[in-house]
Amino acid sequence: MPLPPTRAIFASPEFRPNAWDAALVPLIFLLLTLLAYGGSQMTTPYDVGTQLPLSLDPANLPYYLLRSALRMAAALACSLLFTLVYATLAAKVKPLEKILIPILDILQSIPILGFLSITVTGFIALFPGNLLGVECAAIFAIFTSQAWNMAFSLYGSLQTVPNDLIEASKVFHLSPWQRFWRLELPWAVPGLVWNTMMSVSGGWFFVVASEAISVSGQNIMLPGVGSYIALAIADKNLGAIGWAILTVLAGILIYDQLMFRPLVAWADKFKFDYMPGEQIPESWLLTLMQRARFFGFLVALPSRLWDRFTGLIPRRREGMFIRLHGPVFTPPAWFDPAWNTVLLAAAGIALVKVALFVHASVGMAEVGRVLLYGLATTLRVSVLIALASVIWVPIGVWIGTRPRIAQNLQAVAQFLAAFPANLMFPVAVMLIVHFHLNVDVWTSPLMILGTQWYILFNVIAGASALPQDLKDAAGTLGLKGWLRWKRFILPAIFPSYITGAITASGGSWNASIVSELVSWGNTQLEAVGLGSYIAKATADGDFPRIALGIAVMCLFVMAFNRLLWRRLYTLAADRLRLS
Amino acid sequence: MNHAANGSGIALLDLKGVKKTFRTPDRKERTVLEGVDFRLAEGEIVALLGKSGSGKSTLLRIMAGLIPANGGQVLYRGQPMIGPARGISMVFQSFALFPWLTVQENVELGLEALGVHRDEREDRAKEAIELIGLDGFEGAYPKELSGGMRQRVGFARALVMRPDVMLLDEPFSALDVLTSETLRADLLELWDERRIPTKGILLVSHNIEEAVSMADRILVFSSDPGRVRAEIPVGLPRPRDPESAAFRQIVDEVYGLMTASVRAGAAAAEPMTIGYRIPDAQPGKIASLLETVAEPPFNGRADLPALAEATELPDDSLFHLFEALRALGFARLAAGDIFLTPSGHAFVEAENDQRKQIFAEHLLRSIPLAAHIRRVLDERRGHRAPEDRFLQELQDYLTDDEAERVLEVVISWGRYAELFDYDYNAGMLMLPEDEDDDEEDGEDTPRSAESPRREDVSPPAE
Repeated sequence: MPLPPTRAIFASPEFRPNAWDAALVPLIFLLLTLLAYGGSQMTTPYDVGTQLPLSLDPANLPYYLLRSALRMAAALACSLLFTLVYATLAAKVKPLEKILIPILDILQSIPILGFLSITVTGFIALFPGNLLGVECAAIFAIFTSQAWNMAFSLYGSLQTVPNDLIEASKVFHLSPWQRFWRLELPWAVPGLVWNTMMSVSGGWFFVVASEAISVSGQNIMLPGVGSYIALAIADKNLGAIGWAILTVLAGILIYDQLMFRPLVAWADKFKFDYMPGEQIPESWLLTLMQRARFFGFLVALPSRLWDRFTGLIPRRREGMFIRLHGPVFTPPAWFDPAWNTVLLAAAGIALVKVALFVHASVGMAEVGRVLLYGLATTLRVSVLIALASVIWVPIGVWIGTRPRIAQNLQAVAQFLAAFPANLMFPVAVMLIVHFHLNVDVWTSPLMILGTQWYILFNVIAGASALPQDLKDAAGTLGLKGWLRWKRFILPAIFPSYITGAITASGGSWNASIVSELVSWGNTQLEAVGLGSYIAKATADGDFPRIALGIAVMCLFVMAFNRLLWRRLYTLAADRLRLS
Repeated sequence: MNHAANGSGIALLDLKGVKKTFRTPDRKERTVLEGVDFRLAEGEIVALLGKSGSGKSTLLRIMAGLIPANGGQVLYRGQPMIGPARGISMVFQSFALFPWLTVQENVELGLEALGVHRDEREDRAKEAIELIGLDGFEGAYPKELSGGMRQRVGFARALVMRPDVMLLDEPFSALDVLTSETLRADLLELWDERRIPTKGILLVSHNIEEAVSMADRILVFSSDPGRVRAEIPVGLPRPRDPESAAFRQIVDEVYGLMTASVRAGAAAAEPMTIGYRIPDAQPGKIASLLETVAEPPFNGRADLPALAEATELPDDSLFHLFEALRALGFARLAAGDIFLTPSGHAFVEAENDQRKQIFAEHLLRSIPLAAHIRRVLDERRGHRAPEDRFLQELQDYLTDDEAERVLEVVISWGRYAELFDYDYNAGMLMLPEDEDDDEEDGEDTPRSAESPRREDVSPPAE
């Protein structure tokens, strides 16, 4: 449609900037400028072997934070794109579903830092003489910490689109393309936003861990908060660590305020119904955006283009009808079994190949040893999850049943979960060395340092959602003490607890790689376990051992998931759901 | 009033010998619709009445072009139906509104998909919203609206397409009585004053009064497989007075036909199999309905509409209860009336324990699935069997959902009769506990199929 002359638009009161614009528009220009500046720094020339300038001067930290945050943003964008393509294919194309979902399942259990050591050489070769290769490797590591979760979330949502809405979209002539953008994706938005938020909060850990990369004996340190911390550790500079902690906190806060608050508040409109008593999320930034007049004008064009884009590819019409049935392609009867055979054969061949490779390069005796390491790490993870549960469940319930406290503390717990716990490792090293503690035992708590908060805030959420009538009923029945916990509270919060424990357990496995081998200056502490095995192999650039370690960890995580978590999860979903 | 008696020319919708089968998981065919003939002429409102699960919703979806028929012919304005047609709109029982779109955007959606220009879209949506009495709420989201207003959006969304034919899939059944009455009256007013371009309306319902108050013709649908069993013209001028004698008479007639179809369906059914679709009726309700019929004013024989009023049960659950009573042999249905059988009377007069015993006897005799479950449990060494076993057997006859529902009902009947028990967590069926205790000493010897217990509960000769 033809646009009216520009001057007329600006003169009309509809588009005249208001007070909200005064706050919003500068903010947006500031963000865009930072984005452009940070982005340009990512593609500077670089040769492996040269040391990038890095200093412990706290004045540099804002710049480092910008670089780290940009990496996070890039990874997030990639994850989103990946999710849209991968999950949609898996949900829509039946034969592909059989491959894509198991692959996703495996990818999810591969330790994230394992990806880094394997892929970094490839990325460097991709952009010779440019920093972009290393940047890509770091971004890829962060990507792997986010993408699988998000893809699973979208896939799950696409499976559960209400049938009556699908029928309505057909009766009202939406094409599959239009249906995806108008129905299926909006339906998935709340779950996707929540998962993205969780993924990003886990992502900070990997931002810190992935910036200092060692490739075949070479240490590459990308400018960023993570490298700053690595340098500070090597330098034994406690003050610098303190500054770094403050910077990361600021980063988490900025992401939360500028990105996730508005997103969560916005995603609320995609929810089907309000739960009674549910709090409607709010965000000052979203409010600003919705009230600013000139900003509304600025986004009118993009939003119209978006409407155009989602309206593309209408249904083909045949006379009065939209063809829906008629000759559809149905694969012949032999197709399914044949396809299954092909898939099984491929999986079998891959397995044999890996076994042969491992056998040829490290020998079977080592495989046995690594399995034992795996058991050691399993023991650590189990004991720690149990310990954390014993500590945090009662505390979480106490907080959750007090609404006013819960509201404040839940945000804090969520914040703590995002805080990269590896920043605290140096303190642990000093303590262990100082008190001559057993390394195998006392490095273990590091694994759960960052992930225990998932248990806490899920329990808080579960406890604060306890229906008042159940609480009243428990009160009138005189349930007290252990009986009250056994019959009422524990079963009622079980589903939320399980959600938290699954996340915490997955995170702990990942963290084992950095927490079983920790250092402070020249002091290095090593606990016996699968994590330290992988960490050492990575430092040595020993590919067969990296592969073996990762494969074994993958095996353990999958077994853990199948045998324990998935069953508990089904139990929770089936039997103990309130409502 | 009927818009037009000019039923000549091409019918809006014309169905001949329509058949629909679904495939069960083990690739057996299950027939949902068989030989359905139906014609929607210009100017009429037709109601399709039937019990839930009788396939009337499936038929509606075939007419909407959402699913293809397996046999027979489906024509819209003389052309074979190959998908959703431009002139056909639908209103859903669950409203099916997009929660992230405002009222205005919801109404515009169909026009947008057709590529109607923005300005025209807005104008037409405004018009439809005003017509249905929602002006002022254009910017509201569905979750801000009450149920009745949400369904108004559903109607506006259908009307904005200027449809020839409106298919209404139980549009009022999710609303309370008062709201649904108002909405119905508003729709009929638009129709009778010809303020909407729609030329024919098909209403699927299980509420008899609703059908009689709206339709020019009522088709009674029977189940297993679904087919049109009877047709009743309603020649009353609208608006109709539900208290008038003529109205009551038609309601009576429809009740008679609905129950006749129940009886005829059973007569047609050869000896019942375990795949018999046990009606959705809880034992407690069965007992209280029997009591109601036995007591004054009915004294063992009740006129169905009067009974419906006395029990305040919705038609759908009432028909399930009737079917349960009939299947169990506690009552018979004839000419729109329900009679208690001698065992029905015996049940009402009995004390609680005795009632359970009578119920158990009838259950074993009349419901093959119950007898089958009991036999399997008796034969098994631990007197336990997984529910999946029975579900799989049922899936040879029924869809997955239906199989689950039937098993759930038979479990509740079996529990009430103390014939068998069920462990929800383990998903296992088993003999009731106290009986197990009796058997404790005999646990080591495997029991033969002809255990004495089966004699205990076998029916006395009648």
